[in-house]
Amino acid sequence: MDLFLQQLVNGLVLGATYGLIALGYTMVYGIVQLINFAHGEIFMLGGFGALTTYLALPSGTPAGVALPLMLLGGMAVSVTVAVIMERFAYRPLRGAPRLAPLITALGVSIALQELIRNFYPRAKSARNFPQLVNPDRRFSLGGDVSISAPNLLTIVVAVIGMVALSTFVRRSRTGRAMQATAQDPDTARLMGIDTDRIIVTAFVLGAALAAVAGLAQGLRFGQVDFRMGFITGIKAFTAAVLGGIGNISGAVLGGFTLGLVEVMATQYAPEPFAGGAWKDAWAFVVLIVVLVFRPTGLLGERVAARA
Amino acid sequence: MHPPRLLRLTAPLLIGALALTACGSNKESGSKGEGGDGGGNKTLTIGVVAPLTGDLAAVGAGIKNGVELAIKQANDKGTVKGYTLKMDAQDDTAKADVGATVASKFVADSSVVGVVGPLNSSVAKSVAPVLSQANIAEISPSNSGVDLTGREALVAGSTQSRPYKSYFRVCATDDIQGPFVAQYVVKTLGKKKIAVVHDKKAYGQGLAEAFAKEAAAQGATVLKTETINPGDKDFSATITKLKAQSPDLLFYGGEYPEASLLTKQMKASGLKIPLVGGDGVQAAEYLKIAGASAEGDYATALGAPTDTLESAKQFLTDYTAAKYTEPADPYGAGSYDAANAIIQALAKAVGENKSGQELRDEVVKEVQDSDFEGATGKISFDKFGDTNNKVLTVYTIKGGKFVPAKTDSFK
Repeated sequence: MDLFLQQLVNGLVLGATYGLIALGYTMVYGIVQLINFAHGEIFMLGGFGALTTYLALPSGTPAGVALPLMLLGGMAVSVTVAVIMERFAYRPLRGAPRLAPLITALGVSIALQELIRNFYPRAKSARNFPQLVNPDRRFSLGGDVSISAPNLLTIVVAVIGMVALSTFVRRSRTGRAMQATAQDPDTARLMGIDTDRIIVTAFVLGAALAAVAGLAQGLRFGQVDFRMGFITGIKAFTAAVLGGIGNISGAVLGGFTLGLVEVMATQYAPEPFAGGAWKDAWAFVVLIVVLVFRPTGLLGERVAARA
Repeated sequence: MHPPRLLRLTAPLLIGALALTACGSNKESGSKGEGGDGGGNKTLTIGVVAPLTGDLAAVGAGIKNGVELAIKQANDKGTVKGYTLKMDAQDDTAKADVGATVASKFVADSSVVGVVGPLNSSVAKSVAPVLSQANIAEISPSNSGVDLTGREALVAGSTQSRPYKSYFRVCATDDIQGPFVAQYVVKTLGKKKIAVVHDKKAYGQGLAEAFAKEAAAQGATVLKTETINPGDKDFSATITKLKAQSPDLLFYGGEYPEASLLTKQMKASGLKIPLVGGDGVQAAEYLKIAGASAEGDYATALGAPTDTLESAKQFLTDYTAAKYTEPADPYGAGSYDAANAIIQALAKAVGENKSGQELRDEVVKEVQDSDFEGATGKISFDKFGDTNNKVLTVYTIKGGKFVPAKTDSFK
């Protein structure tokens, strides 16, 4: 039983990262029906932004001061790049056939990866990330089940981020404007909503959450990598589709489901499909099965709640 | 209007084509005519195929630097009379398909007379057939995959036959490396319950299987093999699964980017057992990424420790003097030897006034007959392209450094 619970914890940590990034995919899709494949790179840039901030701080800065600053630094980079990306890569293509922005997104994704690889110092392979939260420190959750400090932090910040976002979208004026734009952009515009501003807001919020995930990833593994956004981005996109793309709760549920499937497949999958190397295959099997029976994902594409 | 425009378009093409043929014939007559008097400004190229970007970039750079050093010394000494040697280093990004493209590029470039690399056995599987087809000598400093020289037949108990006629390697193979380290951990370290993880790549899986077989034969309990994907960063699920079976040692078949995170996460999860890896783990980057978690881990290397070999001292001095930023280990010395094998073969081959494909054929023949003292020991090959120098070393990590624990020549 302890084994199962420990794997559950592992899966929740993994799912928290997927969920945080999936929110960015789902919000943008909900409003402009664009699959922003460059969002994985926004997550990667969040990690590098945090690292840059750390390197700029005087050495010996206590972790309690450094971490919030790194988070802000990571968010600043992610958000800035996301806004520039929206303004110059996607906005000119609004109203173009849907394939055009999709291909553009892939192009932006590759461009951002190469930018970091070629111009960030020593980023041609993984760069070490300061381990401000000691990974050897573990908190017992009863029995043999435990969670390491960075993993706990990941879950905590992910849940805070998710709750904050959902409150913002449901309660704030801008959030309600986002919902209105998602439902019917033309009518929203007639009602006096500046839809361009709303679309930028969706990009900004998604980028900020991705930066949180980027920092968490750096703390968990002690490294950031110019390629880390690619595969994680694809997984997060899968999570968004699994939960029902365009649906905020769906992205969170999809993230956790995907994380749990991967972990449980590693532990319990039968031969010859056992072991960690098959976990991605199992994740996609679950995706296909869900889409066969519920083509709109677990929570469906509920138009009223999507934003 | 039409004829003049057509003419305008075709004229430069025609002139260009004529110029090209002229160049071609010039070169042809040049290489024949000048063969005797040793003009000194014709160039021949030694290709390098290795990962120069990505996770394995640091190791790839060591390979490139080793070759560059050998070429520089040969040019300074004028080892190959009448020719200046040049290096063409190409990035294979540790991917088989990229490797194949690079290999085709080398084949098309008639100045390429030999190739050093690649780093990965999986890449070699797509590079060797292409270079073999064109009969270009290829020497790898690091491929330990058994099937590259047909050694899988030996494992199965039948007779070995050589699949790639121009492929050589200066390192020992997994069917030797795996059992070598298995004997060490079971006999010397006395480990009894061993977990095995690999990354499903040709190198990792081959090594892990050879290890597991010998460890079981030596009497240790080997747990069911676990697999991970290259590029994975989160190994918590695999570690939790292994921890429940309480092994006393983990063998990892694969390379350092995953191994370093694996050992770090394993120890952080409270499973404090040594990780043992092959030569893919014995890299400075492993220590850098894993940090203090790497203490007490083990890794094998092909060959004897570079700094204990009398023959390697000169190489290390020269390497340091050349001010390369990347470390020579693990394959700088091997690549230096590989490049020198090609250079020496070339020196003999050009002396016989060969050029073009004839030269490539002759270089392969001369590499086969190599017999000299290199930085890693004696360089000579058996008829399958394997080195005769089957020395291996087990290193342990102490105080953030690889410390040799046992060096031996496998029976």
